[in-house]
Amino acid sequence: MTDSENQDLKSLALDAFHRAHGGKMVPFAGYEMPIQYPAGIIEEHKHTRASAGLFDVSHMGQLWLHGEGAVAAIETIVPGDIQSLAVGRSRYTMLTNASGGIIDDLIVTKWDNKLFIVVNAARKDVDLPIIAAAVEGKAELEIVEDRALLALQGPKAADVLSRHMADITEMPFMSAAKVDFDGIPCHITRSGYTGEDGYELSIPVKDAVAIATALVNHDEVLPIGLGARDTLRLEAGLCLYGNDLDETTSPIEADLRWSISKRRREAADFPGADRVTAELANQPSRKRVGLVPEGRAPARDGTVIHAPGGDGIGIVTSGGFGPSVEHPIAMGYVSIDMAEEGTKVELAVRKKMVPATVTKMPFHPQNYYRGS
Amino acid sequence: MTTKFSKDHEWIAVEGDIGTVGITNHAQDQLGELVYVELPEVGATLEMGEEACVVESVKAASEVYAICSGEVTEVNEDLEDSPTTVNESAEADGWLYKVKISDAAELDELMDAAAYQELLKELDE
Repeated sequence: MTDSENQDLKSLALDAFHRAHGGKMVPFAGYEMPIQYPAGIIEEHKHTRASAGLFDVSHMGQLWLHGEGAVAAIETIVPGDIQSLAVGRSRYTMLTNASGGIIDDLIVTKWDNKLFIVVNAARKDVDLPIIAAAVEGKAELEIVEDRALLALQGPKAADVLSRHMADITEMPFMSAAKVDFDGIPCHITRSGYTGEDGYELSIPVKDAVAIATALVNHDEVLPIGLGARDTLRLEAGLCLYGNDLDETTSPIEADLRWSISKRRREAADFPGADRVTAELANQPSRKRVGLVPEGRAPARDGTVIHAPGGDGIGIVTSGGFGPSVEHPIAMGYVSIDMAEEGTKVELAVRKKMVPATVTKMPFHPQNYYRGS
Repeated sequence: MTTKFSKDHEWIAVEGDIGTVGITNHAQDQLGELVYVELPEVGATLEMGEEACVVESVKAASEVYAICSGEVTEVNEDLEDSPTTVNESAEADGWLYKVKISDAAELDELMDAAAYQELLKELDE
């Protein structure tokens, strides 16, 4: 990395906060971001599963679609059912292209007369023109520049957050609320990217340091970097755009058929619906699966997956070591005849063929809040 | 016994014609906690500068290049079950393999401890 490349990187509102907490800063999606803190990736990962972790996800794109026409307009570019989404609820969906590939995955939250959308940092430049074109004349697109996004994740997240925010412990998973944090107005959703209970807080940039500091001052909370964010989401079986999803991957191949409702399937009125319909009827040629390699050698993304003693039948798209499951885990795409749970495959890790088994995901049980 | 260091952040402790090889404390600190060490086979012939083994952190796999040429006589099998020994004791208990040195002249290209410390200082600046 040269200095000129560094100069193009954007700084987060919490840049000084990360450095003050010993964050090791790396370039990611155009931003300088903490990959880890002094605790280290494995400890940060385990702490999030056992207690609570604070993640700065302000690099992600936040936007509003204002107006009555927003729902119908967004449904022209996503296969998710936004019409049936209740006010105060969030839903996972994706932007699809005309050939059924995934342009980005995103979360849509419905508010009175408007939608709140969070998109991937590295896809903002691709997504925004598509969204702007789809809503033109039907809704007003507002790109949010003055709010940071924090995630507080883990079994102690609700307890910690309730010391600063009222009435948030009974919020269901994937619901949203407007709540003050010690008097600071915030939008929060009960969601995240770790498989744990937790919240995402859209907060004024000017208050980001105060809120982040208040949260990490609790003994239960450690700041968590990108390294543990990746191991947590991999154990939870969640996709990373650019690795596990791209413009050639369909939602059906990606095993995300649950995200497309009966109404949207029948209407087939989203980009790439022909391919999705055909893959729902006849099954896709390949599918995203979980993989557990034997032994301790991690299989990284790009590792070719073989039939035992045979030809290449797929590729690993995310892989590494799972700190909570304490063994290597991976996900990747295999030809459909090799996608059944329990199927034995081999992973070409350097010079060796490592036996592996197609495995149900998540690798680590999800711990979402479903009501008391 | 003399210990020498490479610019790739490996060390070799030489006793007679046998060298014990590992990565330096600086290297383990840069890598972070190791989750896997792929050791060479006992009896394998290494050429200086070629890949000898692989150490993997949560983040990535990194090759360890042969610090000198020779035949592998022993590997640190304890690392198969506890790769973090390299983090805890990179320059002692976390050794990787032992090699029967085939060309002692290769060692002349390596740094002594003082020169290696100088290199680390330069990298720090």
